[in-house]
Amino acid sequence: MSAPVQALLRVALLGNPNCGKTALFNLLTGSRQKVANYAGVTVERKEGLLDTPMGQRVRVVDLPGAYSLNPLSQDEVITRDVVLGKVDDEPRPDLLVCVTDATNLRLNLRLVVEVKRLGLPTVLALNMIDVARRRGVEIDVAALEKELGIPVVQTVAVRRGGADGLVRLIQKHLSDRPIAARAWAASDVAGVAETQREVRRILAAAVREPASGMRMDDALDRIVMHPVWGFAILAATLFLMFQAVFAWAQLPMGWIEAGIETTGVLLNAWMPDGILRSLLIDGVVAGVGSVLIFLPQILILFMFILALEDSGYLPRAAFMLDRLMGTVGLSGRSFIPLLSSFACAVPGIMATRHISSWRDRLTTIMIAPLTTCSARLPVYALIIGAFIPQRRVMGFLNLQGVVLFVLYLAGIVSAMAVAWVLKVTSGRAMLHPLMMELPSYRWPNLRNLFIGLLERAKIFLMRVGTIILSLSILLWFLASFPAPPPDAAGPAIQYSLAGMLGRALETVLAPIGFNWQISIALVPGFAAREVAVSALGTVYALSATGDNVAEQLTPMIAAGWSSATAYSLLAWYVFAPQCISTLSIVKRETNSIRYPLLMAGYLFALAYLASFVTYRVALALTGS
Amino acid sequence: MSRHHGNDESVLGAATGRTIPLSDVSVGQTVIVCEVRSGIFENEDGNIGLRLVELGFVEGEPLRVVAQGHPGREPIAVRIGNTTFALRRFEADHVLVAPAPEAGTRS
Repeated sequence: MSAPVQALLRVALLGNPNCGKTALFNLLTGSRQKVANYAGVTVERKEGLLDTPMGQRVRVVDLPGAYSLNPLSQDEVITRDVVLGKVDDEPRPDLLVCVTDATNLRLNLRLVVEVKRLGLPTVLALNMIDVARRRGVEIDVAALEKELGIPVVQTVAVRRGGADGLVRLIQKHLSDRPIAARAWAASDVAGVAETQREVRRILAAAVREPASGMRMDDALDRIVMHPVWGFAILAATLFLMFQAVFAWAQLPMGWIEAGIETTGVLLNAWMPDGILRSLLIDGVVAGVGSVLIFLPQILILFMFILALEDSGYLPRAAFMLDRLMGTVGLSGRSFIPLLSSFACAVPGIMATRHISSWRDRLTTIMIAPLTTCSARLPVYALIIGAFIPQRRVMGFLNLQGVVLFVLYLAGIVSAMAVAWVLKVTSGRAMLHPLMMELPSYRWPNLRNLFIGLLERAKIFLMRVGTIILSLSILLWFLASFPAPPPDAAGPAIQYSLAGMLGRALETVLAPIGFNWQISIALVPGFAAREVAVSALGTVYALSATGDNVAEQLTPMIAAGWSSATAYSLLAWYVFAPQCISTLSIVKRETNSIRYPLLMAGYLFALAYLASFVTYRVALALTGS
Repeated sequence: MSRHHGNDESVLGAATGRTIPLSDVSVGQTVIVCEVRSGIFENEDGNIGLRLVELGFVEGEPLRVVAQGHPGREPIAVRIGNTTFALRRFEADHVLVAPAPEAGTRS
């Protein structure tokens, strides 16, 4: 804590994608990381602190993965500019650590040679050296140091202490001065080919590889990317994932529910009756609790996505689906963001950063909210529980489960349809580069998984603690004031601000079957979908104490709504853009107010249309 | 969208004997890179030929096609060294290859 952060020396990690750079960064800095964006662009900036054994504190920056200093993507532009010291408020790093995958030096070493020529203080980390040894790769470190003219160290990013040698090297070379830093110039093909010849010469001098170190990958690839088995494995993986989200989450969700209930009961017992108690129980506990309960499902979904990504499977799934997604104008690269969107559209939209083509990226962003995110689950669960009977269909299927599946399917189908419309209206050819690396298979690392999940949990809890908490309080206020006159008949909420607002909205929403209670609940639901459930709870009975709001609510809405209204509300939730976080992330990622407005506009139009059709058809069928 | 530059910009090696574009190689076959062309397709996404050379598609390097997508054999997965890249057919067209001199069925 002695030196101010600004004065600390800076180390930058630089390397190809998939070289284990982020794992090494995690090992060096632990969980003391700060994730933000580079100014003006949507490239993630990761920085952490490292304390060397000699007591020096160093700032470590994890640069975006890059194959080259000749950029093809926004990530690569940033990496080049940071290394060259051309980014505002981002002084040039004092030491560059080139991270390489020791099993893949043939690919990785070219960037090292390119960077070394800049004449900046540079060291080379041979990461995943354990895997390389197991595969029979022999690396002569001394010869490599001699050929490259920079210090070389071996690291194992997934083992405790696996970067100790690197830390010592960083300490030793941190204060090196640049050797007459040379200006960087973009290379042409002939220049790159020349560099590649040098790389091959260095490899011949310092590295001996077995003729075939990829037997395992060959065997797996034959099955995983097989035209029949590959699709079967993909379908089974996705099925298992969604099963797990619902089945495994039951137990922890029960715990959270019990915790929330207990909190409500305790508050009820300890506090004197009054406005403050009502605020805490009806506003804070009921509102925040009804959302907090989804944390286990979100974490399980993310655990699958992170593990599949870490193992090298997800890029192969993207490969399998590339052509199919091409029929609606997307590429395989859109698969991972869309898959993440099933948990939450916000990280899904952030994951579109890896799509190099801007139009593909924009299309993916625009359709991401149509995939059924976990925030819709509480709403679906409430309505399905109240209106769809627990019945078996075709002998083994649960009718409620079938309806839920149909809602998911409706989201996917409409996402594809919208992508197709965007493709047709923009009338573009299909010549977009893919050039996607399919990294070697490896076992997911538990620590990295844990750090990744922690990050997600933090983001989610921040959301619960800020947006959802403040909205719950606001809604409680709107629903409680002004107080009804002493001689009032009917529920107090009818006289409140929320009641007036609901009645005003009802005129617009009556044609699709929504009553004033639903209309009020939709208002805070615009900020975050899942709030609508607690809002309905608040609206229907301001005294729905610590008990599970949804459970008490079910009989009330089952008695109060027609089934046509219920189906209409389900259809509404398939489309309606009821999430401020999504719209604000779209604004940030597209750097424009136009696209979030466009998104909100087209989704509301679809939602109204779908609800209208559903309501009218259901009314006609039920004969009322 | 994409401009045709002609093939006067061939950059690596000279096409000796019979060469075929990488996109015509069938799954499991091992081939040798003879030439990488730049500038056949150039669009907002940058110079594909340059990036292919940066990724290791250089003269004399052995390659193997390990998988093809469906339908339409698009994209293709190419093993180069210890790395695998998924390429669209039009990207693979930048790489001209010849059958490997030794047994082409080495696993």
